[in-house]
Amino acid sequence: MAGDVKEINLGRTFTAGIWDQNPVFRLLLGMCPTLAVTASVKPALTMGLCVTFVLICSNIVVSLMRNLLKPHLRILMFTLTIATFVTIADMFVRAYAPQMSKELGPYVPLIIVNCIIIGRAEACASKNNLIVSITDGLGMSIGFTFALCILASVRELLATGAIFEYPILNTAGEGGWFTPWAAMSMPVGAFITLGLLLGLINVTKKNRTSKAGCHGLR
Amino acid sequence: MDYVNTLIMAFISVVLVNNLVLTKFLGICPYLGVSGRLDMAFGMGMAVTFVVTLSGTLTWLIDHLILMNPALSAYGLEVTRYVCFILVIAGAVQLVEMYLRKFFPVLYESFGIFLPLITTNCAILGLCLFLNLWEIQDFVTAVVLSFGAGIGFTVAICIMAGIRENLKTADVPNCLKGAPITLITAGLLALAFMGFAGMIK
Repeated sequence: MAGDVKEINLGRTFTAGIWDQNPVFRLLLGMCPTLAVTASVKPALTMGLCVTFVLICSNIVVSLMRNLLKPHLRILMFTLTIATFVTIADMFVRAYAPQMSKELGPYVPLIIVNCIIIGRAEACASKNNLIVSITDGLGMSIGFTFALCILASVRELLATGAIFEYPILNTAGEGGWFTPWAAMSMPVGAFITLGLLLGLINVTKKNRTSKAGCHGLR
Repeated sequence: MDYVNTLIMAFISVVLVNNLVLTKFLGICPYLGVSGRLDMAFGMGMAVTFVVTLSGTLTWLIDHLILMNPALSAYGLEVTRYVCFILVIAGAVQLVEMYLRKFFPVLYESFGIFLPLITTNCAILGLCLFLNLWEIQDFVTAVVLSFGAGIGFTVAICIMAGIRENLKTADVPNCLKGAPITLITAGLLALAFMGFAGMIK
């Protein structure tokens, strides 16, 4: 019977991160990378994968040492764990995708201060067993990658007429009808696209607006 | 005189042209979270300025005196750069917290959860990483850039708080209330700050 309860929990834990508690669209966490790397889909996907790796690894480690943690030192331990895994991810990207590493610049090391990861360590991994923590990390990071890719697709499509460097709209430069919006690849585009997307999501789920808003904004 | 000019240019460039919030997307969480009231926004800006100046200076010293020291290069200490940086920042935040609790208890109360959260403020770690990335060789320039980054954050968050105080009386569509309209406002501000782009070089 106890097993049944856990099954339900696991499924819910997994899907919660993808939509109901999507870290970007619903909880408004991890805004810096969301805005900074979404000028096109490729860096957004790389960032999503880096966060996936770090989030799952840190959830595993935090979950394993949850009984050894002293309350006043826990945030420090979380941060050090995360910093270690971010160093690994950063070295990996620098070794196998140097071009991408240069493009992402400081945003890979900045995963250390990504609120999603420390938030999951505090809210989930430090209280639950290994399986639940891994499931939660997986769900949350899929939700994060998904949100990043949606935002990046919209911006890349409007800025260059292509998604994942695959042309979709005929741009004016090649005799087509579509004039690329240069502003979309700039900071302005990031802020306004995310603002409008959040507004759109609020329209579809009107009754839950206030509940979702109060996590990130007060 | 040339040297002073360079320093002034560096300061202007990091406050206006390369504003961390509006062109590099650093420190967005407090930027959206604490910008509801002007007095709190200003307090937050001051706290960030202090921490960023302190930690920017300290991390530059650690980076150049220990991690990149040719005499110690055999140990490959650069691997520990991120861990060192985050430890220095956490320590600096702790210091500010203790200082505020002792001397400005009212301000301390009104910050609440946001003060410890400065540790995870991307603007601070971001600046420390940028000092490394821009290959700043000069100590005074590093200090000026760190201080300027804090002032830039304060300018951005105070402008935002001023706008949001007026936004309360505006007729915003229901679905855009809260975070969406704040983001759109930030977008328009970023557009305005793009106007500074041609100022240097």
